[in-house]
Amino acid sequence: MKNKSILWSMLSIAVLASMILAACAPATEAPATEAPATEMPATEAPATEMPATEAPATEAPAAMAQGQEINDAYAGMYKGTVVTMTGPFTDNDAVKFDASVKAFEDATGIDIQYTGSKEFEASIRVAVEGGSAPDIVDFPQPGLLANFAAEGKVVDLTDIVNADWLKENYIQSWLDMGTMEGPNGPILAGVWGRANVKSIVFYPKKAFDEAGYTIPATWDELMALTEQIASDGDAPWCIGIESGAATGWPMTDWIEDAMLRTTSPENYDKWVKGELKFDSPEVRNALKYVTDIWFNDAYVFGGRDAIGTTNFGDAPKPMFDNPPKCWLHRQGDFIQTFFPEGLEPGVDYDFFYLPPIDESLGKPVLGGGDIYAMFNDRPESRAVIQFFASAESVKGWVEAGGTISPHNDSSLDWYKDPVTRKLAEILKNATTFRFDASDLMPGAVGAGSFWKSMTDFVSGSIDEDTALKQIDDSWPK
Amino acid sequence: MEATTTEPKNMGNWLATNIGRLLISLLVPILTFLVLWQGFVFLRDSQAPQIVIVVTAILWGVGGVAALYAVSNWLVEKLPREWAGRLQPFVFIGPGVAILFWFLAIPAIRTLMLSFRSATGTGFVGFDNYKFAFTDRIMLEAFRNNLLWMVFGTFFCVSLGLVIAVLADRSNYESIYKAIIFMPMAISFVGAGVIWKFIYTYKGEGAGISEIGLLNAIVLALGGQSQPWLSQPPLNNFFLIVIMVWLQTGFAMVIISSAIKGIPAELLEAARIDGANEFQTFFRIIIPTIQGTLLTVTTTILIFSLKLFDIVRVMTGGNNGTNVIANEFYLERFTYGNAGRASAIAIVLLVAVIPVMIYNLRQFRESRAF
Repeated sequence: MKNKSILWSMLSIAVLASMILAACAPATEAPATEAPATEMPATEAPATEMPATEAPATEAPAAMAQGQEINDAYAGMYKGTVVTMTGPFTDNDAVKFDASVKAFEDATGIDIQYTGSKEFEASIRVAVEGGSAPDIVDFPQPGLLANFAAEGKVVDLTDIVNADWLKENYIQSWLDMGTMEGPNGPILAGVWGRANVKSIVFYPKKAFDEAGYTIPATWDELMALTEQIASDGDAPWCIGIESGAATGWPMTDWIEDAMLRTTSPENYDKWVKGELKFDSPEVRNALKYVTDIWFNDAYVFGGRDAIGTTNFGDAPKPMFDNPPKCWLHRQGDFIQTFFPEGLEPGVDYDFFYLPPIDESLGKPVLGGGDIYAMFNDRPESRAVIQFFASAESVKGWVEAGGTISPHNDSSLDWYKDPVTRKLAEILKNATTFRFDASDLMPGAVGAGSFWKSMTDFVSGSIDEDTALKQIDDSWPK
Repeated sequence: MEATTTEPKNMGNWLATNIGRLLISLLVPILTFLVLWQGFVFLRDSQAPQIVIVVTAILWGVGGVAALYAVSNWLVEKLPREWAGRLQPFVFIGPGVAILFWFLAIPAIRTLMLSFRSATGTGFVGFDNYKFAFTDRIMLEAFRNNLLWMVFGTFFCVSLGLVIAVLADRSNYESIYKAIIFMPMAISFVGAGVIWKFIYTYKGEGAGISEIGLLNAIVLALGGQSQPWLSQPPLNNFFLIVIMVWLQTGFAMVIISSAIKGIPAELLEAARIDGANEFQTFFRIIIPTIQGTLLTVTTTILIFSLKLFDIVRVMTGGNNGTNVIANEFYLERFTYGNAGRASAIAIVLLVAVIPVMIYNLRQFRESRAF
């Protein structure tokens, strides 16, 4: 009898133990239940081809040509569903984003839950590898997205967003940049939602005009203006590259702009791909145009040493002191978000196109953009990604200021302030448009050694030869 | 279960008790499990408001562990004493060992395997990642800096802690002094980074620039010139080490102080009667007596400086020659997405820590901390 009771107790302990062990198993079963969802595209694919040719560039959202799901969404089929999103923009920008998708959320009942992170580059990797990627991710760096695409983590949008619509609504270079190498050949890894222009120089317009300075049209004139301001006793340039873990990136933008102005776009593309070395006459030449300004203590607010310790967002602020302490600030259009409040674009500040160095290269424009990629293939996230392929998705943000729509179905009338409208025009008039090179290079270079080596170079920790060689060495083989 | 049918006598009674037993021994665990599983399913699939999920998760997590423990303990206690004695230890340490194995041993083995693989963890690359870890300029710089941290960081933490402990011991306001020195311990490394970033701030030179950093303000007040403290290698490493000393001296001081209080008064008295001066007492009596504690503190801080990450990450991001191994690991893994190199670095770091750790544990055992 006693032995029996031992047997029972042992049995029950065994049951408990085995059930705890069994609890681990469902974790592997879970994907199995989700599998049917990923199979769906096959059956739905024909449906998305249906509205192919009809009325692409029309602004009326009545019949959306991007795909089937967005029409279903407007028909209310996904009411109450949640689409999670993450991206690098926070604070003000996150508010503008929420505002720009609000109309879509109200019309469809899909709740787009966006969570921004300042440590986005690191946190997205953790999320994706941990199997908990958000449905849609905003990448400011296509290079980072290319890594995920190569690992097969990204949903191919080829059959999800109508190809004809894409051709109509984007210029070819955007589509080329959205096409990335997947594990089984090239895939459309994402659609471009926002664009920005970087080849511009901001200046405090009122004081600038009062001081009698004129806008330079050539690089020589720019250098003459720089010298003029310096001889008037002020620092011409406001420069800062401190950006926490991403310190150094503003310098890479300068170098890219100089590259586009001193060598052919083909060389630029080779450089992006790693075929043209950093340690090459072309890059060294471009770098020299940058360091001629940066390393001249009389040309930079605070001197060369202050560049590495000044936050990029704080850098333009002395421009708006009265009188200005520095006068010129080369930065992407987004920097307006960091300007002190209450400034009126076009009155208190304005910008000019960073002049060409080699006139024969035309008017190249360096820019960037945010690409939206999909990680979880569900009908409602399809609807949202189709939505992002239309200008409607950034209309609110464009109207609030601070971004440019890369979509052809956007209108210049949306740009409320003359400054942003001028930006959109620059983008349209560019003879050459190239994407920010550091965002296209592999993460180890574009978000790593390029930033770090340039930061160390600016502070004088390492010399030019070491910096360039170090970047070349870090290129993944 | 088949065994039950062979009992012939007193069937009814026997069956009732045994079926009862059977039911209890099966039902209780199944019920416990079902409740926990439902909780898990709820947490996984629920669309409930976040606050509800958080509260449920806490209740489920804490309560679940307690319930699981209580049920298994209750079942084990039902056993005869002999078996209960045999099984009870496992109820107590089993989960701990299992969790340790799951979260520590398996990842360590996986990391070791990954360290021989390519950036994406797919192809086999042999010792390439280790070659990188020991020859790359940035890695060598990181090793050098870690050595600086280990030598200077540890030295100043322990020696300052010792000096302060001894001096405070003789002061009338010991607890106040010790509280002040100990206070920074309560600040996280990241928080300390923010504080010290203000101290080291550099605004540059030129018209209309005023320094807001404390250190530069002091230097300027003394008639010097402001400096970009954090971008001048190799000196900037020492400015970072100061932060760790500021944070960790309190830890060293508290432990050493308690050891000093443990020195028998007769011993010190005897030394003084024999004519030893204060320095002789300090070096010949106090230090040898608390040697064990000193070693424990030293090795603890040594491990600490080997693994150091937060300060460098927050203050300089490893730029300007301040990189350390842990930061380079983080960059390789999370920024560059190179799992192979990152794993190799992690393994190197692990191997470097192990001997110190073993020594440290031995010291702990000697001082009966375990």
